[in-house]
Amino acid sequence: MIESFTAEAVKLGKRPAVWTVVGAWVVLSLVFGYVFPYANAETGSGGTGSDGPDPTAGDLAGALPAELVPTAIGGYPMFAGALALIVGVLAVGGEYGWDTMKALLTMGPRRESVMAGKLAALVALLLPVVLLAFGADASASLLVAAFTDNPAQWPPADEVLTGVGAAWLMVSMWALAGAFLATLVRGTALAVGLGVVWALAVENLLRLFGSSLEAVEAVQSYLPGTTAGSLAASLGVEPGSTPGVTDAVDGGTAILVLVGYVVVFAGASILLVRRRDVA
Amino acid sequence: MTKPVVETADLTKRYSRRTAVDAVGMRIREGEIYGFLGPNGAGKTTTLRMLLGLVRPSAGTARVLGAAPGDPGTLARVGMLVEGPAFYPYLSGRDNLRVFARYARAPASRIDEVLKTVDLSDRADDRAARYSLGMKQRLGVAAALLNDPELLVLDEPTNGLDPAGTADMRDLIRDLGAGGRTVLLSSHLLGDVQQVCDRVGVIARGRLVREGTVRELRGGGSLRVVAAESEDARAVAERLYGPDRVSAREGALHLAVDAAEAPRLSRELVRADVDLHAIGWHERSLEETFFEMTASADGAER
Repeated sequence: MIESFTAEAVKLGKRPAVWTVVGAWVVLSLVFGYVFPYANAETGSGGTGSDGPDPTAGDLAGALPAELVPTAIGGYPMFAGALALIVGVLAVGGEYGWDTMKALLTMGPRRESVMAGKLAALVALLLPVVLLAFGADASASLLVAAFTDNPAQWPPADEVLTGVGAAWLMVSMWALAGAFLATLVRGTALAVGLGVVWALAVENLLRLFGSSLEAVEAVQSYLPGTTAGSLAASLGVEPGSTPGVTDAVDGGTAILVLVGYVVVFAGASILLVRRRDVA
Repeated sequence: MTKPVVETADLTKRYSRRTAVDAVGMRIREGEIYGFLGPNGAGKTTTLRMLLGLVRPSAGTARVLGAAPGDPGTLARVGMLVEGPAFYPYLSGRDNLRVFARYARAPASRIDEVLKTVDLSDRADDRAARYSLGMKQRLGVAAALLNDPELLVLDEPTNGLDPAGTADMRDLIRDLGAGGRTVLLSSHLLGDVQQVCDRVGVIARGRLVREGTVRELRGGGSLRVVAAESEDARAVAERLYGPDRVSAREGALHLAVDAAEAPRLSRELVRADVDLHAIGWHERSLEETFFEMTASADGAER
């Protein structure tokens, strides 16, 4: 498995498409977390009278260093999750697209080792990506504080570490979901389509309409995106403030369910590769 | 007798109602270059996939280097290029080999060795996507050689190559088979097999219709006679040697007799007032044999 892990790390690390997605991830995080709130505050586009409270003050507060964790992880349940799903699809789907899967499976290692190493490398890659995104967010919050004459007051280190861990768990779950879909359909395009539609549309629709059916409501609380949204909410992101963030379940339950998804998606991918013919 | 490197018995693969490979029994000996010859869609690639453990047989058995196909210990001793070269287009040729070497647990020093073997050292640091088809095929062969395999499986390695590239690839395959390594070369190109292989298995419609050396497959030659009055000539030949030894094809009579019969037959034909245009010894090409065998397999199917 070590061989497969290191080989996969080289492949992912040198793949331009992966870094394009990661770049989009960081840029989106900065734009929605910092650029827009700062621009709102600067232009006063909240547009209230001079007597009332400044509605842009809340936006700006979120862009300051003290709010680093909730602001940084607010986008993880849905947008960063969808991008992580694409990374997961690319990691596995490319092997089918380029027909390299059969080469890997005839090089000597067991099929389970090839796949386990690949998924482990995928999850490992996401940690520096999350750190990179947090680093970019922290830098942006520092700039906002400097430009608006606010103090650069950082959250406690354990809060930041918890945030990083939660973000890593959320995107790992989504990336492994992508890897599973790519394994299932043995390709990239259909897996991306299905995964992104699920992450961005289906779960939201279920959340909207699910309340009318008791059974659906019970199930939708434990769906991947909803659970990730619940974890984000448990770390201070206001439910409803960011798409995908919800308080459907508590933080502890959310972690357990997300870990369950990680195990199920990884296990199902390995099982599929182990059992199926490679045509 | 040399021990078999690959041995199958009644190896069969069925997809729903279609039988892609039908009870194939083949035997590849250590150190030989074995040609697996058949038209497109005959079942060659499916057979190779079963031998490599990529596809599970529906019935029958196979042993590769003494173990079941797909056994990790066996795969570590096999190199393969099945259905064209597979590589990561965004990586250089060298990085592709680095990645495959890690899976194969091959030492890094092997990368330069195999690049040299396939004559790709000069372009090793170019992105693989920029390689010509011939270079891609050679990169595929280089990847197959990383673990210095005892058995090398090459599926249509000359596909799409120009004549010069084809000749280079054939030379390379001959060289690879020269050091005692066993090579299984699958091809639909008769030239590949005739020029490179020690023994050949011919597959048609999923069935192995013949196995033997190129010479055995071609069979003995025949005495070829071209005459103006072919029916009269045939009557003379049948009187001399019997009807079973006379056949007509492509505007000529073919007699399954010794070459030394030519003077006697000439005299008899002249005596029978037959205008003799040509008489001579004819050796069948592998192509003729191949078409006969695949045509008879088609006929049996119908």
